[in-house]
Amino acid sequence: MITRRLLEAPDGRGWIFLGILAAIAIIVPCLNLFAPPDSPFHVTSSTLALWGKYLCFALLALSLDLVWGYCGILSLGHGAFFALGGYAMGMYLMRQIAGRGSYAHPILPDFMMFLNWKELPVYWYGFQYFPYAALMIVLVPGALAFVFGWFAFRSRVTGVYLSIITQALTFALMLGFFRNDFGFGGNNGLTDFYDILGFSVQAPGTRAVLFALSAVALALGYLLAQMIVRSKAGKVLIAVRDAESRTRFLGYKVENYKTFVFTVSACMAGVAGALYVPQVGIINPSEFAPANSIEMVIWVAMGGRGTLIGAALGAVIVNYLKSIFTIGALAPYWLFLLGTIFVLVTIFLPKGVLGLLPKREPRSKRNGAGVASGAAAQPAE
Amino acid sequence: MPVFRARLAALFLAIGALLLAGSASAQTPGYEQALKGFAEDSFSDTDAAITGVAISGHALAARVIGALQDGRLLFDPAEKKIYLREPPGLLDAATGKPVAGDPPAGLKAVRINNRLRRTIDAALGGLSLLGPDPNRRFEAAQSVFKSRDANALVALDVAIGKEAVPRVKKAMLEARAAIVVTKQGATELEQLEAIAVIRERSDLDARALLGGGLPSGLSANVQQAAADAIAAIDQYLARWRMLQNLWYGISLGSVLLLAAIGLAITFGVMGVINMAHGEMVMLGAYTTFVVQEAIRGYAPGMFDYSLAIAIPAAFVVAGLVGIAIERGVIRFLYGRPLETLLATWGISLILQQAVRTMFGPNNREVGTPAFMSGVVDIGGLAITLNRFWIIIFAGIVFVALLAALRYTTLGLHMRAVTQNRRMASAMAINTGRIDALTFGLGSGIAGLAGVALSQIDNVSPNLGQSYIIDSFLVVVFGGVGNLWGTLVGALTLGVANKFLEPYAGAVLGKIALLVLVILFIQKRPRGLFALKGRAVEA
Repeated sequence: MITRRLLEAPDGRGWIFLGILAAIAIIVPCLNLFAPPDSPFHVTSSTLALWGKYLCFALLALSLDLVWGYCGILSLGHGAFFALGGYAMGMYLMRQIAGRGSYAHPILPDFMMFLNWKELPVYWYGFQYFPYAALMIVLVPGALAFVFGWFAFRSRVTGVYLSIITQALTFALMLGFFRNDFGFGGNNGLTDFYDILGFSVQAPGTRAVLFALSAVALALGYLLAQMIVRSKAGKVLIAVRDAESRTRFLGYKVENYKTFVFTVSACMAGVAGALYVPQVGIINPSEFAPANSIEMVIWVAMGGRGTLIGAALGAVIVNYLKSIFTIGALAPYWLFLLGTIFVLVTIFLPKGVLGLLPKREPRSKRNGAGVASGAAAQPAE
Repeated sequence: MPVFRARLAALFLAIGALLLAGSASAQTPGYEQALKGFAEDSFSDTDAAITGVAISGHALAARVIGALQDGRLLFDPAEKKIYLREPPGLLDAATGKPVAGDPPAGLKAVRINNRLRRTIDAALGGLSLLGPDPNRRFEAAQSVFKSRDANALVALDVAIGKEAVPRVKKAMLEARAAIVVTKQGATELEQLEAIAVIRERSDLDARALLGGGLPSGLSANVQQAAADAIAAIDQYLARWRMLQNLWYGISLGSVLLLAAIGLAITFGVMGVINMAHGEMVMLGAYTTFVVQEAIRGYAPGMFDYSLAIAIPAAFVVAGLVGIAIERGVIRFLYGRPLETLLATWGISLILQQAVRTMFGPNNREVGTPAFMSGVVDIGGLAITLNRFWIIIFAGIVFVALLAALRYTTLGLHMRAVTQNRRMASAMAINTGRIDALTFGLGSGIAGLAGVALSQIDNVSPNLGQSYIIDSFLVVVFGGVGNLWGTLVGALTLGVANKFLEPYAGAVLGKIALLVLVILFIQKRPRGLFALKGRAVEA
């Protein structure tokens, strides 16, 4: 039933997107592993890691687009959910080091030995088991989003106010995680990982699989998001975005819909963070920085708000530019470029890059695609 | 034997002190007489000589004893004369005149041992207590209070008798009380009186003395008095600490107010989310830097007026940049607050990078004019002058802004446009121009905040970033569109922050405050002083 729903969700463009993702998930790791290094088709390991990172960011952007593009909740704190998922994964990876650290303590990670801690804090229990860690990756960001959303949406904090308190949320978390006594490695965060599920994090095979998994996660995230926005609830979400009070007057419990979509989105962001950490090899509190969370918003705006595919595309474009511009002689110009993108996209490209493409007529009206894309074309406050 | 010698010394001291108190003119003969003791080459004579020299009150006494301490006091065994070796050459200790010609042969240094070193310390302390400079006397009394050296008691009594400056006399009495309460053999009455004196002193040193410095074996009465005194001092200190926290809080609040009040105009009055607001603050700080550099280069004498020049300059620079931003970007985005947020964030990145390119990524040094540096102590309060002036400045800016909105034509137009844009437009108010000017005003005030912040914070391209979240919280907490709300919000957050800090630490206090504000916004989504009416719910 759910599978059928999932597969019915994408429209034509969506299938193209999924097709490309599937191709990337299979071909790129193969080119990395099997093409000889001197062949023109060889993908270096660093390129693989870089694009794996882009895929995680794409999933993150997708989750943000789900709340911002379809429900009008501009979260400036999505980086917090991403980082929490990342920390949950990081904790699992730290527990896998077990005894191979510089202090060779069988249980305690190095940073705790360094702080002279005698025993593991309670909240680190259980993270040596992958299923538990995997659960936490989804549950912790989800729970935070649920509690936060429960309070915020119930008291009708909307618009800019909500944006500012989400920003304050991630700022507070950043300050907390920077502290050593929080028990998450303080300033340095969690790093120097060895194994994931028994495979070396550094091994080319593991990296290729992580890359493929990121692509798969992005595809699944897209299907899930698409299913939500195509469902009846999705239409209510769009109604909330376009006229919240009117929707409430029509008898919908607006706060429940918002809390639901906010929580789902946070879970997706957490998964993105969890896939990100083993690929870059570190998670530290700077991931909570409010500036990061705002940057995520511009990925979505750049690609096209309320299109899902556009959000993923925007994340890849902006981060690709960032990779080019933050190296070497161009480095001083990156912030100029990023700032200009912010300004130009908001003024001249309200529909993002996808808005530049010729508008396609939906192939069928059966799934309400016409309504969804028609509404999505004009995101309003 | 040593006990006998100490008693002897004390006796000499007492006799000398009596002489001293009796007649000031009879000093010099005693000095020369005492000086001869150094030539006897025995520890006990040296001891007596030190005491004799010390109570003589002769101008050279301090130099002679200081030289003895450093091994620079020489004597001629044949002639029984004493010499001082000082950097230019040899001095005759009796007259203070340089020795002409070759130094006499066979000079030997006066030997000292540990017991004599203690006598020397006490003598030097006593000499400072009798010195001509009241500040030196005060310091000497303080050091006796801390050392509680019983040897200084006699000199202290002499000094108390002669002292005319009340502040110094009080310090001496406290020092005396400290000795009395710790020495052996004082009567209970003396001890109780001493504790009363120390209790009046009411500072950390007094508390340390009563809390840990008392000898064992005191009577129950004295112990009770000491415990009472400690409780009283603790209460007194806590009150001052509270005031100090309040002061820090008001100081932080005034900084927040300065940073947020411009935002209250752009965000509160115009409804524009200006994420580049922090960068306007930064521009103001850099303007101060440039003005100071120019003054250093061309008119160094004017340095104390640099801030007075920087204030209008920063206002104009930040204001013009603000107007340019409004005309160039924001006016295309009215009615789309979230897009405005993103666009202004982009502008803030560009401004930061521009400043980084022009001035470099490092902190720039901004000087403090003479009248703003220093600390003033009021009771237990330490008031830093730069913070004090910033509070004054914040108050002036606040009042000026209120007045501008209330009494000027521009202010009238601004309020009209805020309340009803279309009606204002129908009344022939050029709303576009008013928007630009309002935004310029808000940005200009941010520039003023930059001038103030340059005095207490690092002037770096990231200066604005550290204030933007706090500023937004202040405005949101205080209630949008209400300057009084901003004032109350800033002071509340500032004071709350400083009162949370001692309990939770700086970072946890900050986190706690953020959480509290987040919870508060849940409760009152429109802030403390919400505008009433339907217009708010767009």
